[in-house]
Amino acid sequence: MTEAKTQEYWRWPEYRYTVPGKDWHNAKSITAGVDIGSVGSKAVMMVDGELYAYSVMRTGGVSEDTAVRVTNWALEETGLKMANINYVVGTGYGRVNVPFAKKTITEIACHARGAHFIYGPTVRTVLDIGGQDCKAIRCDEKGKVLSFLMNDKCAAGTGRGLEVFADLISVPIADLGKVSLSVEQEPPSVSNTCVIFAKAESLALLRQGWPKEKVAAAYHAAMADRIVDLLTRVGVEKDFVTTGGVSKNAGIIQRVEKLLGMKALTPKIDPILAGAIGAALFAQALHEKELGLR
Amino acid sequence: MLAHYGYKDGSGDYFIIIDTEKCNGCGKCAEACPYQVLEVIPNDYDIEGDNMASVREEQRKKIKYTCAPCKPVSGERKMPCVLACEPKAITHSW
Repeated sequence: MTEAKTQEYWRWPEYRYTVPGKDWHNAKSITAGVDIGSVGSKAVMMVDGELYAYSVMRTGGVSEDTAVRVTNWALEETGLKMANINYVVGTGYGRVNVPFAKKTITEIACHARGAHFIYGPTVRTVLDIGGQDCKAIRCDEKGKVLSFLMNDKCAAGTGRGLEVFADLISVPIADLGKVSLSVEQEPPSVSNTCVIFAKAESLALLRQGWPKEKVAAAYHAAMADRIVDLLTRVGVEKDFVTTGGVSKNAGIIQRVEKLLGMKALTPKIDPILAGAIGAALFAQALHEKELGLR
Repeated sequence: MLAHYGYKDGSGDYFIIIDTEKCNGCGKCAEACPYQVLEVIPNDYDIEGDNMASVREEQRKKIKYTCAPCKPVSGERKMPCVLACEPKAITHSW
């Protein structure tokens, strides 16, 4: 038997990074934030409140195992050991499965705090589009949550839905946004209530002879519609920012911006890390509290 | 903080909204709820926070159905959780 080799269109790059020119040896506090999401897992190391090293990988079948692997990967090449870390906070969907976390904090608080770190204190509305849910968060100038709403009942309008769609039309997930924006005229959108229905509808459109680009545009428009619906319930105030893996998809973000009539700020750091950065910042605050500095 | 628990699906918006600034964590809503939808948990959003009421994790995706008996289609609505809450911290979106 010969097995066919197929491309995995849904696969996105896993990576690790160390911020150059930083030394942890004389640091007062070394903290870590571990964000175990439904699709992706992120670990961030912070030295005295500054970003030091981070890693992003897919969440495996055993969350505990993924938590250990993603953290060890972030530590690689830094010379840091688990024992050097003063405080670890776990967050995300699988936060209870981070065996070495001293405390777990809900990802909503972490995303607000992380977005505040990435985009600065002018952030008031955070839209996090994750692998399996979508969150709309309003926060104040300190990154504290004022109002939030989370929809995790359905995968329509989430990253996992996009992965499924990338496979359906055979376009690598990283190019999906660009492909969806290449249409001259926006087609009517597919249904936005369920990812399975949206996929079935897209398949029907492909069978009718619609080009990939047009189907992609219809699917992206449906996602944007759904996301904006959620956002309007909590209200949108300037500055508006996005976090989570899907914020890398220009097709979604540009359509959301158009519907809101508001531009999202451009990130300096990969916004997929927002939750883990927030957790590491909470870890730092908790560590200082422990030492009696606060 | 306005915490929205619930979901939006093809049939509408179903959110229980708890204002944590008003909520004092007394737990009377949780006692009053005949279907154990509400519970009191430590405020996870603020490291200096106290207890607050919230919707149980396992209920967050089905409150349309669990809360239905307290929401008659006609006549006056007397939702036990809303009536029990002295600081008036609970609202329903539907």
